[in-house]
This record gives sequence, C-alpha cells and structure tokens, in this order.
Amino acid sequence: MEPPILEMRQITKEFPGVRALDNVTFSVKRGEIHCLVGENGAGKSTLMKVLSGVYPYGSYSGEILIDGQPQRFFGIADSERVGIGIIYQELALVPELTVYENIFLGHEISRNGVIDWNETIRRANEMLRKVRLDVNPAAKIRDLGVGKQQLVEIAKALSREVKLLILDEPTAALNENDSENLLNLLRELRDHGVTCILISHKLKEVLAVADTVTVLRDGKTVCTLDGHSGEVSEQALIRNMVGREITNIYPPRNHQISDEVMLELRNWTVYAPELGRYLLRDVNLQVRKGEIVGLAGLMGAGRTELALSLFGNAPGYRLSGELWLKGRKRVFRHPREAIAAGLAYVSEDRKAKGLVLIQDVRQNITLANLQALAKNGVIDRNAEIQVAEGYRKSLNIKTPTIEQQVVNLSGGNQQKVCLGKWLFVRPDVLILDEPTRGIDVGAKYEIYQLMNRLVEEGMSIIMISSELPEVLGMSDRIYVVSGGRMKGELPVAAATQEKIMELAVDY
Amino acid sequence: MTTRAAFVANLQRALGQNIRQYGMFIALFVIMIIFSITTNGIFISSRNLSNLINQTGYIAVLGVGMTLVIVIRHIDLSVGFLAGFLGAVAAIALRFWDLPTIVVVPMVLVLGGLAGLLTAFPVAELKIPSFVASLAGWLIYRGALQLVTAGTGTIIIEDETFNAIGNGFIPDVPLSIVPGYHTLTLFLGVLAIVAFVISEIRSRNKKLAYNFEVLPTDMFVLKLVFISALIGLLAWIMAGYNGLSWTMVIVLVVVAIYHFITTQTVLGRHIYAVGGNPEAAELSGISVKRMTYIVFASMGVLSALSGILFASRLRSATTTAGTLFELDAIAAAYIGGVSAAGGVGNVIGSIIGALVYVSLTSGMNLMGIDIAYQYIVRGLVLVAAVVFDVTTRRRGRAG
Ligand SMILES: Nc1ncnc2c1ncn2[C@@H]1O[C@H](COP(=O)(O)OP(=O)(O)OP(=O)(O)O)[C@@H](O)[C@H]1O
Ligand SMILES: [Mg+2]
Repeated sequence: MEPPILEMRQITKEFPGVRALDNVTFSVKRGEIHCLVGENGAGKSTLMKVLSGVYPYGSYSGEILIDGQPQRFFGIADSERVGIGIIYQELALVPELTVYENIFLGHEISRNGVIDWNETIRRANEMLRKVRLDVNPAAKIRDLGVGKQQLVEIAKALSREVKLLILDEPTAALNENDSENLLNLLRELRDHGVTCILISHKLKEVLAVADTVTVLRDGKTVCTLDGHSGEVSEQALIRNMVGREITNIYPPRNHQISDEVMLELRNWTVYAPELGRYLLRDVNLQVRKGEIVGLAGLMGAGRTELALSLFGNAPGYRLSGELWLKGRKRVFRHPREAIAAGLAYVSEDRKAKGLVLIQDVRQNITLANLQALAKNGVIDRNAEIQVAEGYRKSLNIKTPTIEQQVVNLSGGNQQKVCLGKWLFVRPDVLILDEPTRGIDVGAKYEIYQLMNRLVEEGMSIIMISSELPEVLGMSDRIYVVSGGRMKGELPVAAATQEKIMELAVDY
Repeated sequence: MTTRAAFVANLQRALGQNIRQYGMFIALFVIMIIFSITTNGIFISSRNLSNLINQTGYIAVLGVGMTLVIVIRHIDLSVGFLAGFLGAVAAIALRFWDLPTIVVVPMVLVLGGLAGLLTAFPVAELKIPSFVASLAGWLIYRGALQLVTAGTGTIIIEDETFNAIGNGFIPDVPLSIVPGYHTLTLFLGVLAIVAFVISEIRSRNKKLAYNFEVLPTDMFVLKLVFISALIGLLAWIMAGYNGLSWTMVIVLVVVAIYHFITTQTVLGRHIYAVGGNPEAAELSGISVKRMTYIVFASMGVLSALSGILFASRLRSATTTAGTLFELDAIAAAYIGGVSAAGGVGNVIGSIIGALVYVSLTSGMNLMGIDIAYQYIVRGLVLVAAVVFDVTTRRRGRAG
C-alpha cells in the first residue's frame, strides 16, 4: 500500500505554561480534502506551523513523514521544497505590490538576478486562470477585496507546485459567495491531485467538502472521521470538539424591548474626498433599548464605515446628517468622545485595529477604560488585575496567565480579549463588527448567551455580520445595507436568507 | 537539600523570566569590573565614579526622553543642537540680560517644551516622518546656536548658582559619623533603602491579600537584599567624594518621575499603547496626536535640561555645544532595550544604557586608549547590546 502523503507522529509542542500539542497523531491520504477542526486554542494552527517549519525541527518532539520519508524542517523554505504550501489565518500579501509581484514574491522568475517580467506576467495569468480569478495581474493587492486576495494567496501557493496545500481558516473573512467559490476551487484542485488540509470553524463547510475530518481538543487528537461513511454530522463534530451536546446554536432569550430609542441616525452621509465618492448616503437607523439590531449586507457594503463614522473615527471624511444618542444630538470628533457618551465598537480586524499584540491580556482588557481604574491618573494595579481576571473567567479566555502577551493567544481567544475590553467600558450601545469571526461553536454559543444577557440588562447591540444564519438567529430587527445605502428593514419574524440576499445585492 | 534545590529552581526561574532586565545591570557590572582591573582601581574610585555620573547626566536625561519618542515609533534628531542652543540662550540670559538662575532655568525649560511642540506639529498634523521633521530642527538649531554665539564666541558663565547645577554637591550636615564621608549622602542612602523595602513589602502584602501571584519568599528576600546593597554601595561611593552632586539629584528626580509615569499612570499606558498599535489605541479612545505632542514636548523640556546641565558643567556656552548628543541619547536608549518597532522600552534601561555608554568612554580614557579605537569599541558594544536584547526577547516569546 502506498504511504500517506503526510504522517505526523506523536507531535508534542510546548510554550511557556502551555502544552499546545500533546502527542498528536495526524495522517493525510493523497488527493483528499482533510479538514481539521477543534475549539479555539485546540492547537490547529500550531500543528500546521510545526508541519510547515515555522516552528523548526527540535522545538517540538515527534516525527513528520512525507510520502513515508522522515523530514526535518528548519524553516518554511525547507517545507516548501517538498511541496507544502501554507496559507495562514492572517493573509501574508504585500498590499503595495501588484498581483503578479505577490504571486512570485520570494521565487521570482529571473536570469542572473534580473527579473523576466514578461514571463512573470504570463505565468501569473496562468495561475490566475487556475484559481478562476478574473483580475488584472497589474492591480495592486490593496485594491482587491478579501475574497480575491485569498485566491491570490492560493495562486501564489500553486505557482510553487504544491502537493499539499494547507489553508488556515480561509473563509473566516469571506462572504457566502466567495466561500462557495473557494470550496469549489479546492474540489477542483483535489481532482487535479493536490491534497488539501482545511482548518475551519464553519461546520457546514466542513460537511460539504471533507473527505476526512480530524478533531483536536486541548492539544490532543480526539478522532478521525470518514466524511463519506455517514459518521460525520454537525452534531457529531460539535460533540467531539466541545465534549458536550449543543442542540440550539442560538440560545433563546426573553425579548423585552422598550420603546426608548437609544441611538438614531438621520440621513447619515459619509463622503470620502480622497476616493471622490460617497461611502454612505442618507442612512436612517434606529436602535432601541434592549434590542439587537443586525446589519446584514455583503463585504464592502459600507457597514464598517457606518460603525466607524458614528464612532468618531472618520479621518478626512465629510459627514452630514444627524446622530442622536439617548435623546441628545451628538457629534463625535474622536472615539474618545463616543466612548465617553456610551458607545463601544468591537472591530472586525482584531489584530490590526483591536489589540496591542505585544501587550498582555490585562493591559489590553483595560486599555479603553483605564480612567475607571485610576485615581489622579495613577492606575490601581491590583484593581486592574482583578478586572482582567474577572473577564478571563467570565469569557473563558484560554491563557496560562493574564500576563501573557496576546500575540501568543489563539485567534478565537484574542477575539474574546477584544470583547472583554469593550465590555469593561460598560457601554449603552455596543457595536459588534463580525463578533464571531474565527470563533469555535462552543465559544460562539457563549458569546450569543453573553449578548442575550447584555440586552436583557438593558444594553443595545448593533451586530454587523456577514453570516446570515447568525443575523437571523440573533437579531430582533435586521437592516440590510448595500452600496452605502440602507436597502431595507426587516423584523426578524419576516426575514429569510433569500429576502436579505435580494436586498443585499440590489445596488 | 530539597530547600536548596527549590531555591536554585526559583532563582533560575526568576532570572530566566527577567534576563532582559537583569542583563543590562550585569553588563554594566562586568564593564565596571574590567575597567577597575585595567586601571588598577582608579576607575572604581569614588572620585572617578562621581565624575562619571555627572558626565552621564546630560546624556541620561536625553536618553529618557528619547526612549519615549522611540516607543511611539518616532525619532528626534534635533535634541542635540536644541540642547546646545538653549544652553547658549541660558548663558546669554545670565550674562547679558542679568537674569537670575531661578528665572533662567524655568524659562529655558519652557522654551524647550515649545520647541518640542514645534517638532511635533508637522509629525502629528501632517504625518511628516519625524526623521525629516527633526532633521530640519537639527539644521535650524545648529544655525541658531552659531548665530547667537557668532558675536561673542564662547560665552563664559559667571553665575555661581547656575554653575553649581553641573558642578556642585549637596551640602552636608555638621555631623560626622564616618570620618571623611559625606554624612547627609549616607543618611539619604539609608533612607532610600528603608523606603524601598517598606514599599516592596507593602505591595507584596497587598498582592497576597488579593491572592495574586508573587515572588517566592526566598526570591523576594534576595531581591530586597540585592537592590538594597546596590543602593547602599552607590551611596557609600558617592559619600566618599563630596557626596551627592546636584546633577545626580536632578537625574534621579527625572528618572523617578518618568519611571512613575510610564509604569503607574494612565498617561504612560496610553503612550505605550500608541507605540504598540496606533490604530487600536485610536479606536480605544486614545488620541494619537495628543500623545505625539506630549512625548515630543517632554523631549523638548529634557533637551533644555540637558543643555542647562552641559552649559553649567562647562561654565560656558560654546559654538559646538550639543554636537552628536542626539546620537549618544539614541544609542543609550537602544542599549537600554528600546525597540524601533514601537511599544517596548523603559527609562531605567535607558539610564543604565547611558551609564554603560559613558563608562566605556571614561574607562578607555583612563586607560589612554586612542579615540579611534574608542569609537569602534562603542560601536561593537551597541551592536552586542541590541543583539542580546533581540535574541532574549525572541526566546521569551517562542519558548
Ligand atoms: N507563540 C506562542 N506562545 C505561547 N503560547 C502559544 C503560542 N502560540 C500558541 N500558543 C498557545 O497554544 C494553544 C494552541 O494555539 P493555536 O493557535 O494552535 O490554536 P487554534 O486551534 O489554531 O485556535 P483558533 O481556532 O482560535 O485559531 C493556545 O492555548 C495558545 O494560547
Ligand atoms: Mg488558529
């Protein structure tokens, strides 16, 4: 019998205070799509970093075999040489360079050190065709949407002739269409002999594409399931990931919305002189006390701009229209003023805009509300530790201590730190921008429960989400944004995925 | 047996976790021992060390300010000639305008603060790189220094109060406990130790009351003994030669203030957050602009202080005062562990960095080493310090 393309045996990897991988065994057959699932912090990304040489040979224990041959990778270059390509949780493209420059970055087509641009562009076009991406190869990366960037990443990997392609949560930031495209592409690649490892928290997706599924929990392999034998179901995956049953993904709550309007936008318009166009036009929106309002729409519809502009972060933009908060007309020139007035905004991009990665969990959680812990500008360190410990427990943040730098936390736990930071501000209106991106089912459920508790206590929540089931499952009322305009408002009882999509694609 | 094993394990853990912090102290210590041997003990004499610390003063205060500038991902090249220029302004005010020191010093400090705000303006408002904005300042203040000293050349300062800032020592009490030693300095040393021990024990007890993690008892005692010994030693050495100088007092006050601000206050946390991730800081309600103004203004004030210390030490303002101070300050900050990527660095480190830097100069001068070799050695030490810093940091992260 031919050996599996990849075998990882008894892999153990420790960080100070954490055993991220504990005797993990992982085996991938040639030409399959193998999904790797597990809770936040289960060790998925770490396992893939061991495989790709990010954590070099010697920093872990155990064995890696490719095609039955033992391997020692001391860096990514070594794993690339045997045909492993990895696309990380956070994209690694250079925004200021063009598509073709990015595709061949690090292995430029050159003779005697001089780049052959004609050949580069020809090959780039070939790669783009393979991933079915229709863009000008001379376009700059920063001008492409996330979905397209993701495809460029794959083109980049393909140009290196990968045999084994690893994707770490590639669809976390994609909308349904782009995700669907990507999954189709993976199937196609598989049929052309490329083996794929896919990490994802979207179980529906896993069910749709997986030939095999491996579940990790707390750094250990729980089981490996065959995707075609009927033993894989959403319930089975959840049970193995979380160790218990979760039957109702969206926990029920007592709807008790008052008539009191907390926040209202009237003809809210945002013009960006640099781009020469309107980001938002005549947006009207109301949020009542104790209500969860969902903002649905496609990526780039203007929902994040809406949130940022009302939060006082609109550098260089021209705003018009009115913002009413708790019955008073307000103008926020800086997020500081918005926060003081009772707003909080949890960014969709936790690494770039949410966290100070080199600081620890404690410092991040208290950052937006240090005044509350200070007397005459001097921070009460002990009170601060108590606050941070409190959120660590209540949000179940997986970290050895609150003194851990957040850069060392897994993606989902970083998200929880962001949430904790903004809860500590004790806002009246909480804006959540893609709150469950990259979060596992168990933690999602916890966050939904938390949202329910907050609104029951009288907070109002604006939830921006590109996941329609989430919007439908959690909102009291749904607004649909498209092309910078408010396309419609639906009470949740009347909303369906189809109705929302109809409005969302209507420009 | 088991207690000793536990002790060693505790020690290894404590050192391992803080290798970066202790590394600088150890480096300074090693350098001092080497020079003490090569100069037959002259280096370690009270008189030499006292001089050395006084010479460190004007670089040390710049280093402290520069640390914060680098922490928020900027640089300020103008500080050297700004210090020189403001030193000359002080000299002119004393000599030609006949103003008293008590007026001149605050006036010059305010001017420094204004100059800092001026440098910050294009950086904060127009997002001009601070390298460029402060390079312009470098040129402008250099020209300004030459202008104000053009007619007179070196301006001699005759005001003895002013000159005492860089050359004087604190008075002694008329009471001799150890003959030949400065009694008040010894007394202050003891006071500092007592204050240190009490505050450490208090903070530990408070942490214990909250059930927080603290150093194991043996390590805690060791730390107390070690730092107390260090303070004691320093006081003893200084008491052996005229006692504490006014320069030292000023530097200690500056360091104390900045250490307090950076570690204990909201302002300090905001500065480090801006350095660590400006966008996240902005969205957390921290004004990046405001922090930029504050940090550059503080740099300006400290430049003025540096200029005062230097002019006072030389009892004059010269046409070239301040030349290359900015690079010495930057070197001190980097030796002290600041990171150009932003958000990392502390003022104590920079002071140690400045001491390392000046010790090298002083020690090599005593040994009669050619100035050419001195530059090379200083360059090597700078690289070694940064390499040490970067590698230990990486180890701390990747485990
Ligand atoms: N560099 C590091 N230093 C210390 N601990 C780390 C480091 N990297 C990861 N960890 C820890 O190892 C564990 C596994 O992390 P990993 O990133 O592999 O999780 P994951 O399964 O990918 O989770 P997610 O779904 O949230 O991305 C976590 O507890 C994390 O805190
Ligand atoms: Mg991960």
